[in-house]
Amino acid sequence: MNRAILLLVSGCLLLCILFARLVYLQVVAHEHFTTLSEDNRVKLQPIPPNRGLIYDRNGLILAENLPSYRLEITPEQIDDMGTTLSALEDIIEIRDIDRTRFEKLRRRKPRFEAIPLRFHLNDEEVARFSVNRHRFPGVDITAGLARHYPQGPLAVHALGYVGRIDEKALKTLDSSNYRGTSHVGKNGIEKTYEELLHGKVGFQQVEITAQGRIIRVLNRTPPVSGHNLYLTLDSRVQAVAEQAFGDYSGTAIAIDPNNGDVLAFVSLPTYDPNPFVNGIDYDDYAALRNNDKEPLFNRALRGQYPPGSTVKPFMGLAGLESGVSSSHSSTYCPGFYRLAGKDRKYHDWKRSGHGTVDLNIAITQSCDVYFYDLAQSLGIDRIHDYLQHFGFGKATGIDIQGELSGLLPSKDWKRSHRDLPWFPGETIITGIGQGFFLVTPIQLATATAALANGGRMLQPQIVHADQEAESDELVPHQPQLHETITIKEQQHWDQVIAAMTDVVHSARGTARHIGKDSPYRIAGKTGTAQVFGLKEEEKYDAEAIAEKLRDHALFIAFAPLDEPKIAVAVIVENGGGGGSVAAPIARKILDAYLVEAPS
Amino acid sequence: MSIVLTPHYEDASRRGWQYRLHLDAPLLFALIAVSALGLIVLYSAGGGDIELVERQLVRLGIAFTGMLVVAQLPPRLLQRLTPWIFVIGILLLLAVLISGEASGGAQRWLNLYFVRFQPSEMMKLAVPMMVAWYLANTRLPPTGRQLLASATLIAVPTLMIAKQPDLGTSLLIASSGIFVVFLAGLQWRLLAFFSVLATAAAPLLWHFMRDYQRQRVMTLLHPESDPLGSGYHIIQSKIAIGSGGLFGKGWMNGTQSQLDFLPERSTDFIFAVLGEEFGFFGILLLFTFYAIIVVRGIMISIQAQDTYTRLLAGSLSMTFCVYFIVNTGMVTGLLPVVGLPLPMISYGGTSIVTLMAGFGILMSIQTHRKLLPT
Repeated sequence: MNRAILLLVSGCLLLCILFARLVYLQVVAHEHFTTLSEDNRVKLQPIPPNRGLIYDRNGLILAENLPSYRLEITPEQIDDMGTTLSALEDIIEIRDIDRTRFEKLRRRKPRFEAIPLRFHLNDEEVARFSVNRHRFPGVDITAGLARHYPQGPLAVHALGYVGRIDEKALKTLDSSNYRGTSHVGKNGIEKTYEELLHGKVGFQQVEITAQGRIIRVLNRTPPVSGHNLYLTLDSRVQAVAEQAFGDYSGTAIAIDPNNGDVLAFVSLPTYDPNPFVNGIDYDDYAALRNNDKEPLFNRALRGQYPPGSTVKPFMGLAGLESGVSSSHSSTYCPGFYRLAGKDRKYHDWKRSGHGTVDLNIAITQSCDVYFYDLAQSLGIDRIHDYLQHFGFGKATGIDIQGELSGLLPSKDWKRSHRDLPWFPGETIITGIGQGFFLVTPIQLATATAALANGGRMLQPQIVHADQEAESDELVPHQPQLHETITIKEQQHWDQVIAAMTDVVHSARGTARHIGKDSPYRIAGKTGTAQVFGLKEEEKYDAEAIAEKLRDHALFIAFAPLDEPKIAVAVIVENGGGGGSVAAPIARKILDAYLVEAPS
Repeated sequence: MSIVLTPHYEDASRRGWQYRLHLDAPLLFALIAVSALGLIVLYSAGGGDIELVERQLVRLGIAFTGMLVVAQLPPRLLQRLTPWIFVIGILLLLAVLISGEASGGAQRWLNLYFVRFQPSEMMKLAVPMMVAWYLANTRLPPTGRQLLASATLIAVPTLMIAKQPDLGTSLLIASSGIFVVFLAGLQWRLLAFFSVLATAAAPLLWHFMRDYQRQRVMTLLHPESDPLGSGYHIIQSKIAIGSGGLFGKGWMNGTQSQLDFLPERSTDFIFAVLGEEFGFFGILLLFTFYAIIVVRGIMISIQAQDTYTRLLAGSLSMTFCVYFIVNTGMVTGLLPVVGLPLPMISYGGTSIVTLMAGFGILMSIQTHRKLLPT
């Protein structure tokens, strides 16, 4: 009898332990567990912001967000995935790449979550599916926003494109702001202005189940859309420029010399950025990559070309301003130049020679010997020191990432980079923009703009204003002045520009063909850049040389002469002559901006 | 011999209906109260699934009917049948081990074609009955030889069930047998000796445990070491109970339970739902009903008129006590997860039927007492 009581007492003791535990859990540590329970229940869910739009200077839209229809399948609601997929295939195209991605996602995600099978359904596909919808429970079409470039390949090298965030991009991004964002700028303006364009992620607090199914939204912080960008680009000028090249590869930059606005940013061939947005087909991408003409290469930003004779106005100015030459001093051109005590002949492009030439003739007719001599008199270091004021040899700072700096050679440079002394012959050919000398198109255009505006080195800029979403106010991006080139004598400057005007408008100018019917006055300079070096006695024969090895044709210009509004640099790869190929393209660009400008 | 009116007789006449129906009012009241509370919690644990509650209600109906039937059987009859029940139980266990159906990694079920049946449930009653039967036929307190025989009667089915493996049930069955032996008057020094032996054998037990069982013990000690794996159950149930506080979050309002964070919430972990939604006071209410059941059972044992019924009633009551303490201890993170349901509350059939049959025996013992003092 007492044993039963004993058992009861020991049972009570156990119960006491249990009560102690409950008091601990429910009273002492209650708040701790309440917090844990809230953490369990409430999840912060990101709402990605809308990406800012991109307009050209006239308000034409270049990058927009379009509703995009995608086909989604919720595996939970599908009895037989295989049958469903093959039935779907009859009405909507499903590529292997879609299938693979779908299967991959399906393994990763919970069964009740909708998984995308196809992106960017066209209207016809949407309609076809809608008619057949009743046959496919668990399959749905949802609308989202997708980046779209309505102008297609126009100015793609400036604009860039967005692509899916990959692991590499993930490392450099602010992961908290990119929660919920699927795309990021991969290059061009889309990449450079990523921060402004992206906006700020919003959040909603949702109550979820252990499996992550949303029960209800508790509260919501809306996202802040990205800023809209207004470019300095003029799509009309851009389009004219791109067409003017015909089948040639090449690059052209047009800049407003008054403020550094980039009016046209051409790199050809171009390509359509739209397929990149949701992952381009492997075959299509391979075709772009393996294309001999390298459409993916951003020539305007990263192409480095010998400036050829386009450097002559700058050289002429260097001679005048440093006092080595004057407008009256002249050189006799027998068709070649020889260093004192050396045998090697440096040929003029005109084998018969130009006779006695002064600066004006030297620029107008592009006499090489005059500039061989001038370069020799200046010496490489003085050339370097003067030309660097025009921005040669360093990046211009344009607001597109990835710019290369070109190369303005000097003795120091050759010693430190090549570990070799400087040879006098290298100075000679630098005088006509050959040898080590390399410029990027954007550098050449910026330097030309500085010639046009009296020596103000403006940083070229391609975005002139941005705008907060849901605001009418534009925040202008101020032009940046790098430096103002000292002009010792205005007369020197005027003489060089007069010579450049004669290049286009005088009877013997190398670009006289474009000047004949021009309604405005143009100052310009032709150039031909050798792709490969000729031996001393070889003669260049365009016909006999494979197109790939043909000279690049260059032309720089600004107009109108009295009040310059546009400066251009045109490089036509393997185009041959600067005057015959590059200058007409430049003329079309100038016309597009100056003559056909809309009211 | 003259008939002397005893207090029992007067007692019996006052509660006449209980004797006619062979029911015990306090026990019946507590059982109905627990069942009702259980259905309310189950409705919430099932996420408002009324069909779940209906199915449980049917089971409870069957179980209460079973209890009523068993209560009609006089203890004398039960005592006579005991060896047979035990032998049949052992044979069925053997059948399970040979050809039983696996369910959830363990062989517990025997398919008798018309009904799926867990012989281990039957042993919950058969073992204490058998040990009580054996010891009632000997002189008490038991001698060493009788203790050895009792130990064998307990150990054989316990080990067979442990091998299925069903650790929780074998634990209950072992303790039900041990309670009988203890109540029969196990000498204190022997008890002390066995306790020391058991403690010493603990490492040995570890050696015989399966990996998942060891994992459960480790999880008990360090649940946070694997929060999404084996520790998940314990962590989530502690959060549920702890966040319930004194008054709970309210019926159907437990976020842990309603949003699926709490696993097994309508079966083994239903206690956490009660703790979350009804708080400390809800648990207090349940424990009050449980305590009434256990105390009443012990009273029946004390009032029992012969050794067999005294031992059996005491053992059944205490086993029930162990039953709910082990479950609640496991859900609150005091004991390893052994897979025992919360008696009368957890969703599931067989254990309720067995439990209620046990209470039927208690009622039978109470209401079949002789009118004469023994």
